[in-house]
Amino acid sequence: MTTQYETHEHDVLIIGAGGAGLRAALGAMAEGAKVGVVCKSLLGKAHTVMAEGGIAAAMANVDTADDWRTHFRDTMRGGKLLNNWRMAQIHAQEAPDRVRELEQWGALFDRTQEGQILQRAFGGHTFRRLCHVGDRTGLEMIRTLQDRGVQLGIDVYMECAITRLLKDGDRVTGAFGYWREQGRFVVFRAKSIVLATGGIGKAWKITSNSWEYTGDGMALAYDAGAELMDMEFVQFHPTGMVWPPGVQGILVTEAVRGEGGVLRNKLGQRFMEKYDPKKMELSTRDVVARAIYTEVREGRGTEHGGAYLDISLKPAEYVKKKLPSMYHQFKELADVDITKGPMEVGPTCHYMMGGIRVDAEAAQSSVAGLFAAGEAAAGLHGANRLGGNSLSDLLVFGRRAGLAAAEHANKISSMAIDPGQIEDAARSMLAFFERSDGESPYTIHRDLQETMQNLVGIFRNEEDLSRALEKLEKLKERTGRLSVEGSRLFNPGWHLAQDLKAMLTVSEAVTRSALARQESRGAHSRIDYAGPNPAWGAKNNVIVREGSTMALRQTPVPEMPNELKQLVADEK
Amino acid sequence: MAEAIFEVFRGDRAGGQLATYRVPIAPGMVVLDALHHIQAHQAPDLAVRWNCKAGKCGSCSAEVNGRPRLTCKTRMDALPLDKPITVQPLKAFPVIKDLVTDVSWNYRVNQKIPPFEPRHDADWKMFQEDVDRVQEFRKCIECFLCQNVCHVLREHDEMEQFGGPRFFVRVAGLEMHPLDSRSRTRMLKETLGIGLCNITKCCTEVCPEEIHITDNAIIPLKERVVDEFYDPVLMLVRKIRGTA
Repeated sequence: MTTQYETHEHDVLIIGAGGAGLRAALGAMAEGAKVGVVCKSLLGKAHTVMAEGGIAAAMANVDTADDWRTHFRDTMRGGKLLNNWRMAQIHAQEAPDRVRELEQWGALFDRTQEGQILQRAFGGHTFRRLCHVGDRTGLEMIRTLQDRGVQLGIDVYMECAITRLLKDGDRVTGAFGYWREQGRFVVFRAKSIVLATGGIGKAWKITSNSWEYTGDGMALAYDAGAELMDMEFVQFHPTGMVWPPGVQGILVTEAVRGEGGVLRNKLGQRFMEKYDPKKMELSTRDVVARAIYTEVREGRGTEHGGAYLDISLKPAEYVKKKLPSMYHQFKELADVDITKGPMEVGPTCHYMMGGIRVDAEAAQSSVAGLFAAGEAAAGLHGANRLGGNSLSDLLVFGRRAGLAAAEHANKISSMAIDPGQIEDAARSMLAFFERSDGESPYTIHRDLQETMQNLVGIFRNEEDLSRALEKLEKLKERTGRLSVEGSRLFNPGWHLAQDLKAMLTVSEAVTRSALARQESRGAHSRIDYAGPNPAWGAKNNVIVREGSTMALRQTPVPEMPNELKQLVADEK
Repeated sequence: MAEAIFEVFRGDRAGGQLATYRVPIAPGMVVLDALHHIQAHQAPDLAVRWNCKAGKCGSCSAEVNGRPRLTCKTRMDALPLDKPITVQPLKAFPVIKDLVTDVSWNYRVNQKIPPFEPRHDADWKMFQEDVDRVQEFRKCIECFLCQNVCHVLREHDEMEQFGGPRFFVRVAGLEMHPLDSRSRTRMLKETLGIGLCNITKCCTEVCPEEIHITDNAIIPLKERVVDEFYDPVLMLVRKIRGTA
């Protein structure tokens, strides 16, 4: 067989066009690199568009006492000290500049009385820190980056999916994929590759994530031999919609609580008093998600199995101005007027703290030439991410990955592509069409979501996790026998079949890491190992491919310099 | 369980027809849920674009019972169920497959628009009352429903001469940015053909973000074009000076 494909060549290829991918592209272009951006959807539709609450940056516009040190401390404490301290430091120090830069490219944030960027309170942040545009901050960010990229003449390959990284010896030299529209194959030759593919939420049943969130980047990196880290830390956002069924899991921004919303159970009790009397509703997401889950499990949930979130105590006009999309979302999808009554909310799979292991300065993975940024990368958030730290992460480390990828590309003179790898990648995409009597990929996907939801959810134990591993094995076998109907022309069933493979890889990594970590920390809660264990607090789980098996080992958490240790320990 | 009957366009550039599917109805269900149900149980290769499923990304645009809608925000209980619900692709753009259309023209138009260029003396102080009107334009989620219903594009196919409401909204956001230093009136007139718009407000009616496209973006931009190119006093002055 000789596969037909088109070829494109770039210094830096960026996979993913959300905030991290676009910011990486701008960074690499600033270094003079020839940049290509590949994305599964149309440009401007990536998951960043759904980010609502804001960008965390210690600008000190509202609370003048804020500075990077406090932001650093909040991030480390929120992450239960499992974070890569250097990433947390860089992030806190550079975030304000990245926000100002967005403004200089045309973004329009909400303003203070003095005409500066307004900042709001959010869970786990000591000060009012989130720069925002109502509750559509992500849209503002992606549009600004997108327009900047278009202006600079970025090459964007829309509705194109990458299924394999191509290697020459130890380094990546390209990527193989297909155009969703016609199903034709495409090969990218690149000196550096940045993975900015986001998270893995589509492996769970109740999720705020879109169809794109299938862990592609992590699976690509894993297949290429790169290390994954902290895969057990999956964030369940405390507030997703719970009713009606079709909207289950859709995000209800933390800004509702940031703007003063309160949580109550069906008895009318403000239950956060029990779980975190100091921070109440603005406790960290892991704590609030467990609190709501516990209230429901103990019989104090709402009619549809959630908690009440009430912002109606604020003036109606204020709510509509600060939370316009929440107002419309509930009015149109749930027949609830949030200016008059409470919303029903419950936990939803939202964000992946773990991902590709990268070095803090240059965002490079353990494979030469392969970089990662944003949700696809691990390290910054440790065991739990603070709200608002994701958008700033995308900007800070997207830029760094782009710069470093361009610099790396400058040093490369030749790159070889192995036709055998291309043939193999093409064969595996076409194999889905070879059977006509197999299962539908949709059925297998549904069963995977059930498995992860029920056995690898908010509260975990050894028995469930072991069962999940057995089920994942069976799901892998079934995926090997599935069949795809129709042609290669824009065929979502075919695309899902490939995405399933990625989801299975990351699901296994999550489950193995969760099984290994015999303690409860941040977003990882083990019923059989309640509370944190200091020995585990000094270790990160690392996943790497060894032949065809998934190997797990531990690596020490990098030790902080003394002055930063002091900073984190300070009681304030 | 109650059922709805769907007639969904199945086909590609070469043509196609409506195919019938029966879908069980759940409380609060939206049309996009039904399309996903059809994919999962009856037609795994049904091509549909979607992302956020919450009205924030503008991917799932289609014509439901002939009306351009975001399918993720179109409730089944707002549609008559005694007859089939038709779902067809946006008419103004070429079909790729089923409900997926080729909207690449929009991205090409966008490339023609001169970007934000801050004033040299910008101190980056801006007040909420000055950014309010621009923030309205920046709510646009690029669902292209406004482009789809605009007569100039839908009936007259003036893609070469006309930018469409989406891009008037985008230009308005730049022109009215408190710190922008460029003028885009000439390109509005010559490249984006704003004069072709006869303000029928069809775009405003379908905007899921409730942007007052006609009143707040297009009319003020038309006024700027008129002020610059058709002001009778200025025209006279230019004629006398020979600078016309």
